[in-house]
Order: sequence, then structure tokens, then C-alpha cells
Amino acid sequence: MTTLTTNYLTPTGREEAWRFTPLKRLGGLHDGTAVIADRHSLTLGSGNVAGVSFALVSASDASPISESDDVIVARIRDFAKEVSVLTIAANTEVAEPIFLKRSAGALDTAEFSRVLIRVENHARATVIIENSGDTHLAEDLEISVAPGASLTLVSLQEWGGKSIHAGRQHAVVDRDASFKSIIVTIGGSLVRLLPTVEFAAPGASCELLGVYFATSGQFFEHRMFVDHKVPNAKSRVNYKGALAGDQAHTVWIGDVFIRAAAEGTDTYELNRNLLLSDGARADSVPNLEIETGEIVGAGHASTTGRFDDEQLFYLMSRGITLADARRLVVRGFFNEIVSEIGNEEIQTRLMDRIDSELAKAGA
Amino acid sequence: MSTLEIRGLKVSVDTENGAVEILKGVDLTIKSGETHAIMGPNGSGKSTLAYSIAGHPKYNITGGTVTLDGADVLEMTVDERAKAGLFLAMQYPVEVPGVSVSNFLRTAATALRGEAPKLRTWVGEVKDAMQALSMDPSFAQRNVNEGFSGGEKKRHEIMQLELLKPKIAILDETDSGLDVDALRIVSEGVNRAKESNNIGVVLITHYTRILRYIKPDFVHVFANGKIVEEGGPELADKLEANGYAEYVTA
Ligand SMILES: Nc1ncnc2c1ncn2[C@@H]1O[C@H](COP(=O)(O)OP(=O)(O)O)[C@@H](O)[C@H]1O
Ligand SMILES: [Mg+2]
Repeated sequence: MTTLTTNYLTPTGREEAWRFTPLKRLGGLHDGTAVIADRHSLTLGSGNVAGVSFALVSASDASPISESDDVIVARIRDFAKEVSVLTIAANTEVAEPIFLKRSAGALDTAEFSRVLIRVENHARATVIIENSGDTHLAEDLEISVAPGASLTLVSLQEWGGKSIHAGRQHAVVDRDASFKSIIVTIGGSLVRLLPTVEFAAPGASCELLGVYFATSGQFFEHRMFVDHKVPNAKSRVNYKGALAGDQAHTVWIGDVFIRAAAEGTDTYELNRNLLLSDGARADSVPNLEIETGEIVGAGHASTTGRFDDEQLFYLMSRGITLADARRLVVRGFFNEIVSEIGNEEIQTRLMDRIDSELAKAGA
Repeated sequence: MSTLEIRGLKVSVDTENGAVEILKGVDLTIKSGETHAIMGPNGSGKSTLAYSIAGHPKYNITGGTVTLDGADVLEMTVDERAKAGLFLAMQYPVEVPGVSVSNFLRTAATALRGEAPKLRTWVGEVKDAMQALSMDPSFAQRNVNEGFSGGEKKRHEIMQLELLKPKIAILDETDSGLDVDALRIVSEGVNRAKESNNIGVVLITHYTRILRYIKPDFVHVFANGKIVEEGGPELADKLEANGYAEYVTA
């Protein structure tokens, strides 16, 4: 064992980055008490496609492409001897989505997983990661989007009710490249994800989209960070959440940093929350830090509201029951983002799960 | 044959300064196949009457009764009123983000008919209803009332009237915001729906111009929360000439 683990600073909960997270429920992923199993649960779901490769690679051949001050990421890097690497070769255009699945898990041990997705020059692809079942998972997922390349990454947290998942999904987006992330979190006991982006060269763009739906006792945290450190990059963030049931708790943090060098930056971030019952709590903190005034635009908005009586009345005046009217409104609320996934089967599955969670919550 | 009977209806709304009475005892009886025009100045309580019958939660019923074929409407939830045969075309139809017109209409038809309409005949039904109101087929894929022009909202309301086939329909200022062509198209839709299903129609309006297209059997003048004069179609002509001044100052 290395010494780093024992030396590493363990969060107390007072730190800005940890102040919302119930550390006791993290399964020891953050403090070195988790029993780490040598598990590699990520598998390629789709068949062989030209230009796409997926392999378990020695960590010495797949160094991290970014720095992180996240303690869980540091622990993963300290532990992981192998890295799951998905490569989409230069100039490859993959028409069908590439599926990665995580299912085999365990609750008495934790998986500490490093994943690297490399989209080489001018390649285009959609990658869909499907997380299901029950597990404890600490995840360091890095994505490099090379010049002129384009990646849509869909990350589906359809975990069972006991899962604990803490992860960082960090994209380095190069010149004229674009990165679109769609994160859906509707299952698990505790999910804490850090969708973060750094622009490596001008002309890069990212779109960070997400939906989350927490019911009784679930804690879902999504903490973005977009680092505008080069000129003329564009970022859009749009997250929508709904909460139903006692002790449902969600956290959305939107940190956007426009450094002095980042002239011509164009950024907008949005978070909307729908509180479907009493006793649920949605924290929403947009945070824009600007070091240069020479920008195209920078803005943010955050709203938290309840069902709109006028909408429910309109639907019910057409004979639709209250329960069905609420279901329609919630589906409609999420539809804007879920429909961006572009896969009917998955969209239907997600909407059905949302329906049944809503019904279970009795909201 | 259906009868909607409103007796002594009193309605108040809650404001920062306490409850304010808006309807001060309304009596009105509408039977299948009849068309009643309710005309009155802005702020007289016409929409309050319409919403109260439909069951909008904002309005408190403080007195009177509303029955449909003897059944107590005021005891019903909003969706039960629709299932009993009441329909309200709203003055300001509500946006429902992310819900497509086609999904909305099918959900409503399923609720009102008690079973999902057969997909094949339903698609044709919707297409015909849209065509009859000169609506583009792409309309079905748009979100309910989101980004609709004033005219599109009203067409969408009347399309629902044609598809959902109520017994009694209350049309709240369906004519407002329509140009002459749209007014004619929408009026024809109302007349069609009325003819084919023998609907009793309450036509709430501020202006007489829609009465050129939809002929009322009865005209009721509404002012200050109650009906102040009643008559036949000739009353509309008098209003056209004199306006509401005599009722407002009275
Ligand atoms: N929520 C409310 N709070 C206070 N006053 C209201 C409210 N709703 C309606 N009113 C008042 O009730 C009166 C009647 O309104 P309304 O029924 O919309 O009239 P109309 O449809 O005839 O123009 C108006 O004076 C209006 O200001
Ligand atoms: Mg009105």
C-alpha cells in the first residue's frame, strides 16, 4: 500500500465542496474506510465497431489528463492500477451510440474506478453509460475531446435504492471541439457527481444537461465546474430536478470561472427545481466568477417552485385526473432534456421510471 | 337533453385585503342546443362565472347552486365536471411546457371516453379537426399553448371542443384577439360542434361582432357581478348601438 491514502486530507463537511454532502452516508469512499475490491465492472455493451476500441490498460500507460483537488479522485488515482480506456479513432464517425454498462456490483465492498474516454481529432460519437443495480462506486472519468471532435456523453444513474456513487466526469475540450453531457440521476441512495469541463483551446464548446428526481431519503448532488481559461469558448448548463417525499434532498452547484485570458466567452447556466411535496429540500447555487469584461455573455438563473395550479387546472378541465395531470406536468418538465438523449427506448424507460417513482412517492 | 342550472351563485376571491365578492347572485339556465350570449364590460365578472363553473381553485363559492341534470356540480372535482359534460374554452389558455398537443389531446380523450381511442381512427379524427380549423399538421407536435399566437390558442381550444364533445360549453372571449378570417373559421368550428352534438353554448363576449357568425337565442347583459338585463338577439343590437354605459353607471 502507498502512504498517500493515509496522509490524504479527509473532508470534515465544513469545506465548501462538502458542505451539503452527508458524509456518513458516503460508505467511506472519502475517508479511506471503504473496503476496496479489485473490480472492473464497466463493460462494452455494443459490438465491434470500426475505429472504436475498449480495453483495460495499465495505469502507467494511461496517465490522468487533468488535475483534481477532489479527495475521492485522489484516492482512486492512488489505488487504481488499471484504467478502462475507450478510444474513438481520428476521423471516425460512429452513427450508433456506443454503450458502456455497469451492473455487477456489491454493497460490502467498493469499486474505485478510473475511466478514460478519448475522442481523437475530428471523430464524432455518442457514448451512453448505463449504471444499474446496487453497488458502491467511486469513479474518476476523464474525457478528452481532441481538436474538431465532437462527443455526446449520456450518463444514466438508474441505480437500485442502496447504491452509493461518487464520481467526477471531467472533460478537456480542445480547439473547435464540442462536448455535450447529459446526466440523468433517478436511482441510488446517494449520488454525488462532478461534471467538470476545461477548455484547452479557443473555439471549444460544451453543453452540460441533466435531470434528477429524488424521492424519500435520496441525496443527489451535481456540482459543475466550467473553466473558461482560453478565449472564445462557449458553455451552456441546463439542469432540471424534481423532488418528492420526506428527506429527499438535491444539490446543484454551478461554478463557472471566466479567467482574465478568456475574452469572448459566452456562458449561460440554468437550474430549475420542482418541489412536489413538503419535507423535500433543493439547494441550488449558481456561481459566476468573472475576471474579464471582454465577453459575449455570461448569465445564470435558478428557480425552485411547486406545481403550477393553472397548469393542473387546465389539464383537469379536460377530464384528466389530478394524478395524471401531475404526471403529465412532471414528464413535460423533464422532456426538454430527456428528449435530447435521442434514443426512444431509453427515453421511454426513463420516463416510465420517473412515473413509477412519482406514484410511489404519492406526490 | 341536458340542463345546466345556475341559481343565486355568489363567488368571492381572496385578496390581500380579505375576501372580495365578485359574483353577487347569478341565475342562468342553459339547455342543450341553446346558445346564450353573456355580454358585459371588462371586470364585470364574466370570467369569474366561467371559472367558477369549471371549478378553478382560486374562486370561493359563498352561495347558490350549480347543477347539471340535477347533479351537484359544485361538489365535483375539476376533472369530474369535465366528465359530467362541461367544457370551458379559456380566455387565456395555459402553457404546459414539454407536453405535446397530440399527447394532451389523447390523454384528455382517454379520460373523457373512459378508454383510449383506437389509434387509427384517432389519428384521423385529430387530423380532420385540425384541418377544419385551418391548422398546420405540425401543430400536433408543439407543446400545449407554448409560443402559440393568440389566434392559435383559440383555435386549439375550439379544436378540443370538437374532439371532446361536451354537453355544455362555456366559451370565454373566444373571439378576442382574432382577425376577421380567424373569427370566421373559429365560429364555424363552434357551429359545427354545436350542430353535430347538440351542445348548449354559453358565449361570453365583450363585443357583438362574433354574434354575426354565432347566432344567440338569448342575450344576457352582465354588469357588476350579476345579470342586469335579458332578452333575445335584438338586445345585442341595442348594446351595439349604446354600449354598456347605462348598466355600468346604474
Ligand atoms: N384574484 C383576484 N384578486 C382580486 N381581484 C380579482 C381576482 N380575480 C378577479 N378579480 C376581480 O374580479 C373582477 C371580475 O374579473 P373577471 O371575472 O376577470 O371579469 P371579466 O371577465 O368580466 O373581465 C375584476 O374586477 C377583477 O379585478
Ligand atoms: Mg374575462
